[in-house]
Amino acid sequence: MPDPHGRTASPERSLRVVQPGPLTTVQDLGRPGWAHLGVPRSGAADQVAHRLANRLVGNPEHVASLEITVGGLVVALECAVAIALTGARGSLRVNGRPREWGTALSLGAGDLVEIGPFESGLRGYLAFSGGVDCPTVLGSRSTDLLSGLGPAPLGEGQELRLGSAWGPPMEGTATQAPARDVVRLVPGPRADWFRASALGRLGSSAYVVEADSNRIAVRLSGPKLNRIDEAQLPSEGLVLGSVQVPPNGQPLVMLADHPVTGGYPVIGVVPAQDLALLAQARPGEPIRFSVVAGAEGATTGRR
Amino acid sequence: MSVTARRVGLDAVLVECPSGAVARAVYAEVLRRVVAAVDVVPGATTILLDGLSDPQAVAADIETWVDIEAEPISRGPVVEIPTTYDGPDLASVARLWGMTTAEVVGTHRSLTFDVDFCGFAPGFAYCSGLPEHLRVPRLQRPRPRVEPGSVAVADLYTAVYPMASPGGWQILGRTSVSVWDPRGEPPGLLAPGTRVRFVDA
Repeated sequence: MPDPHGRTASPERSLRVVQPGPLTTVQDLGRPGWAHLGVPRSGAADQVAHRLANRLVGNPEHVASLEITVGGLVVALECAVAIALTGARGSLRVNGRPREWGTALSLGAGDLVEIGPFESGLRGYLAFSGGVDCPTVLGSRSTDLLSGLGPAPLGEGQELRLGSAWGPPMEGTATQAPARDVVRLVPGPRADWFRASALGRLGSSAYVVEADSNRIAVRLSGPKLNRIDEAQLPSEGLVLGSVQVPPNGQPLVMLADHPVTGGYPVIGVVPAQDLALLAQARPGEPIRFSVVAGAEGATTGRR
Repeated sequence: MSVTARRVGLDAVLVECPSGAVARAVYAEVLRRVVAAVDVVPGATTILLDGLSDPQAVAADIETWVDIEAEPISRGPVVEIPTTYDGPDLASVARLWGMTTAEVVGTHRSLTFDVDFCGFAPGFAYCSGLPEHLRVPRLQRPRPRVEPGSVAVADLYTAVYPMASPGGWQILGRTSVSVWDPRGEPPGLLAPGTRVRFVDA
């Protein structure tokens, strides 16, 4: 099947999933432009890591990679292919021998790639030269766990096709960008639905990542964010990174598969550039927000 | 017409409108003027413009659109949904509305609904048009599975379930029309701005 760029996949390029791990999905840059029909953006939760993995193996950044949650993926290669692992860090072995994170590795048919449990970070990105090839839905190969669009999560024994390589892999090892330890938060659009103390609390306290966080939202627990009143908000559009506050006062940050509309007020928005830190935060880890003035001179209505 | 533009994050604007009718008009105007946004997402009384290169300019511009009429002259197309009224909640809605089931069917067919926004699932369109005295509560216990094509009501909205899903709306009937097909052009039959009538199957 020709992909949207007119290249034809080579059917002989493929791999076999020996162990999928707890949750491994196909991800690219998602389905922007369809939110008005109720379609989530989806795509890689940590886009920085996904893009880096693709560049390392010589792919354009929109090509699909595997998003490995927690680790535990084992694949058997059935063709010559360059791979690269970015994002979360853990052991990477090829045929039992430890190999480097963040480096393009040129491998061959029959090679066994084993990714252990991640030791830091939550989501690893494994890119292949040529990218993962599967049918597109609304222009994307991403698995959307909210709406069920795109391919199912990887299963044991599954064959995955790969596209033909785009260009030569990069040489050298990626230097990991210095990790930001605070996440910026731009107040609004509904900060005025909260008591004045709420933004201060959000900016001065540690909020801990809850175990039921997923690709839809990072759920946080910490000092309660109090509303002015119990008014109902009619459903309104949500952007990626929206910090929604349900009646229990515990914030949740919208990730890739977030619903397109919601009825809880959004106290602030985490800029896309800072979402990688949230996408990589493991349950139990603290998140610190820094409240910034992102919309200087903006028209902001007051109730 | 007074609308307020609120900034959202670094590159989005939320336009607040005094009513759903004004929001529909603003949405139509945003599409007519081809505002360069990655996503334009209507809500019940808001329009979100996401992925703007100059959100401040867009916010300031929209607040000057004083000539927007609450009901745009050129309204969306009317889509007819052939419906068989044999849903499990027809009788309870009849009790709620103080009508016979035949009168519920007649009332639902007599109304022209407006798709205000989509949400909940791809292709799930919130079609407004029930008058206030016919407001319908959601089910106390949502059903674990509602069949695709189920025609249902809740609050002041009616909707057609695009795919099998859990659901808490009261089901009046069903249609064989597919309102969601990811391979279709467009993939969703009931885009915001569309008008909807339910007709004899």
